[in-house]
Amino acid sequence: MAVSPSTMAAVRASGAIPQSEYLLNVENIRKEFPGVLALDNVQFRLKRGTVHALMGENGAGKSTLMKILAGIYIPDQGEVHLKGLPIRLKSPLDALENGIAMIHQELNLMPFMTVAENIWIRREPKNGFGFVDHGKMYDMTAELFERLNIKLDPESQVRDLSVANRQMVEIAKAVSYESDVLIMDEPTSALTEREVAHLFEIIRSLREQGIGIVYITHKMNELFEIADEFSVFRDGRYIGTHLSTDVTRDDIIKMMVGREITQMFPKEEVPIGDVVLSVKDLSLKNVFHNVSFDVRAGEILGVAGLVGSGRSNVAETIFGVTPATSGTIEIKGEVVKMTSPTQAISHGMAFITEDRKETGCLLILDVLENMQIAVLQDRFVKYGFVQEKGITAACTKMSETLRVKTPNMEERVENLSGGNQQKVLIGRWLLTNPKILILDEPTRGIDVGAKAEIHRLVSQLAKQGVAVIMISSEMPEVLGMSDRVMVMHEGRVTGFLDRAEATQVKVMELASK
Amino acid sequence: MTSEQVTAKATTPALGRKHRRRMPPEVNILLVLIGIALVFEILGWIFAGQSFLMNVQRLRIIILQVSVIGIIAVGVTQVIITGGIDLSSGSVVGMTAMIAASFAQASTWARPVYPALTDLPFFIPIGIGLGIGLLAGIINGWLIAYTKIPPFIATLGMMVSARGIAKWYTKGSPVSGLTDQFNFIGTSIWPVVVFLVVALVFHIALRYTRYGKFTYAIGANVQAARVSGINVEKHLIKVYAIAGLLAGLAGIVTAARAQTAQAGMGVNYELDAIAAAVIGGTSLAGGVGRITGTVIGAIILGIMISGFTFLRVDAYYQEIIKGVIIVAAVIVDVYRQKKRKV
Repeated sequence: MAVSPSTMAAVRASGAIPQSEYLLNVENIRKEFPGVLALDNVQFRLKRGTVHALMGENGAGKSTLMKILAGIYIPDQGEVHLKGLPIRLKSPLDALENGIAMIHQELNLMPFMTVAENIWIRREPKNGFGFVDHGKMYDMTAELFERLNIKLDPESQVRDLSVANRQMVEIAKAVSYESDVLIMDEPTSALTEREVAHLFEIIRSLREQGIGIVYITHKMNELFEIADEFSVFRDGRYIGTHLSTDVTRDDIIKMMVGREITQMFPKEEVPIGDVVLSVKDLSLKNVFHNVSFDVRAGEILGVAGLVGSGRSNVAETIFGVTPATSGTIEIKGEVVKMTSPTQAISHGMAFITEDRKETGCLLILDVLENMQIAVLQDRFVKYGFVQEKGITAACTKMSETLRVKTPNMEERVENLSGGNQQKVLIGRWLLTNPKILILDEPTRGIDVGAKAEIHRLVSQLAKQGVAVIMISSEMPEVLGMSDRVMVMHEGRVTGFLDRAEATQVKVMELASK
Repeated sequence: MTSEQVTAKATTPALGRKHRRRMPPEVNILLVLIGIALVFEILGWIFAGQSFLMNVQRLRIIILQVSVIGIIAVGVTQVIITGGIDLSSGSVVGMTAMIAASFAQASTWARPVYPALTDLPFFIPIGIGLGIGLLAGIINGWLIAYTKIPPFIATLGMMVSARGIAKWYTKGSPVSGLTDQFNFIGTSIWPVVVFLVVALVFHIALRYTRYGKFTYAIGANVQAARVSGINVEKHLIKVYAIAGLLAGLAGIVTAARAQTAQAGMGVNYELDAIAAAVIGGTSLAGGVGRITGTVIGAIILGIMISGFTFLRVDAYYQEIIKGVIIVAAVIVDVYRQKKRKV
């Protein structure tokens, strides 16, 4: 029995329905995509005025469930009850009108419009002539921002805002629909610590207003900080729901992976060799200044710092993507020019970039095509012809070694989960037998199981004598994996910490110096 | 133990799927081609009282007509796979036809462009024609790669300028009296042979060479291609140069077929070539496309034109219908991409 949005609105206004215990009650949801059973008889219950976290590895089905609740996907079977009434959502607009708003990981704002225009789009207040009443729209926005304690000018253009502020605008927009249910998909992935704190304040005040918040995250500490309850999913199945005060971190990991991960950071002690890469006074005008460091064979150099501290820019410059304006790069004691990735590769460098989708994967091409593209620069090619047999065998072997979960080598990379996409990219670079490996956020948005596998792999590479530079925003990762930690702040290196002396507090001190 | 379980889980579905190979995308478009041909066949018997397909003369004209567009489309397909577009090919056809022909005139002709340079061996005008086309392509590629202007604008500029050069070259008068040696390439079935050789060469190049792999990679994600060590600028120049070279070749064939060159040759050929590529399944978003599809796309266009003429459909209607078909093909492309995303 489906109820139209307008009926629903009328029913809500009349207050005729008894207050059901659950804002949302989802039963026996099943969703199948060609070749994949994404959700298998899944249930989910969201209480009024709670923050409910969804946990699970990539591919566990969290996102599919959320997209069903947001009206993006239509389930094959199962029921969704909103405040006790069955509903059937057919589109995102449908969901919005029923009081369910989703804040996507990729923000959906129009950059060349103002904050106010973005929030009230399609619902602009009109004046007597039918034109948009900008004054009123401004006031409405200001009022909304005051309620949420957001300090932003409603007139500013969205393209001038930081990612964090855009996130705030998205939240304000969702709240402006007077939504009862707010879905947040990894909202903190691009935020600094202070911004996260602000976001959590807003979430808490929304919770007090009786709004139910569904919160998808991979970060365990956020779960304990903000969530009241959490549900775990695995391989498209519902595993269970618990109060976040009842469990430990290990319990959750066990539920998520179905097995115990004994060692999160299997760092192995390996003999450290000679200096392989030496960077001296490297600068990129207006971005970073006088960066100097050495990396030795077998060493893992962790690079910590806030987002925007210039960490990724240094990596890009070393790899020749954005050539330096001054300073030198030495490889094995020889000064080299680094003006293009092609040169960097010829010097035995490999670079796994921060943004898998933007600068890593060839999404519409298959696993084989993705893996072979870097090594084809100087191997497996004869007279311009690709040696199909050799390269296919090499890629297949690499894919097996890295345990890439894919039906076959002809599968499009966009159909793989984030962790497997990352493995494909790692495979792409390992095929080139790198001597220096730069990893930028190697485990961002990747599930726990794949994370541990990638960590193990990096350790192994170090053991084989590869010099590793690992940029990461995840403190446990940096502290757990690195032999040394270099900390950056506002385009400058603020200090180095040895493995023995590196602690979260010390790193944070240097990162905010 | 646990690792074994993971691997086992990962490989089991592989066995089931391995043999269910994806059908090559050309099959669909080939069925469309056969369908269209049959429709004309039936309409032929109903309205004209004769067979459309059982006519050697007509089939010959169709494949000859398709050849020139096809040669261009092979180059344009590669450009579109990189995520670009080439609007200049039609004008380059006109320009190379004029310039190549001016070096292919016989001494018996009354007013040759270069009276001192008549009766040259065939490879000189052909070499010059190919060179001019190549140069136009390199300029396109250079502009796109290094000034970062959109391919649409760069090749639009070339389209206007090359047509201008074609007209300026002889101040508008045609270049005639070409040597038999030069005309040979346009006689009999030779244009078709040239087309098929070109198609085969670039089919192999796209599928089996590094050049091909890099072309697809750039179209799929130019940033990722760059970080993977591909010299994107150099590669784009190569691709546009090949497109220009093939447009030049098409210009030579056009002049040889007509045994004369005119500044207006090749008008709108770029649009037909783009249409052939898109109908053949090349995605304007880049990263997707095959020469086999383009060949079939070109034949579909040829059959439609011939079919409408055969049914005595007014030429104006033909153009209108052609426009509709091009838009329809792009709609299919957009739909395919949408379907892929879910």
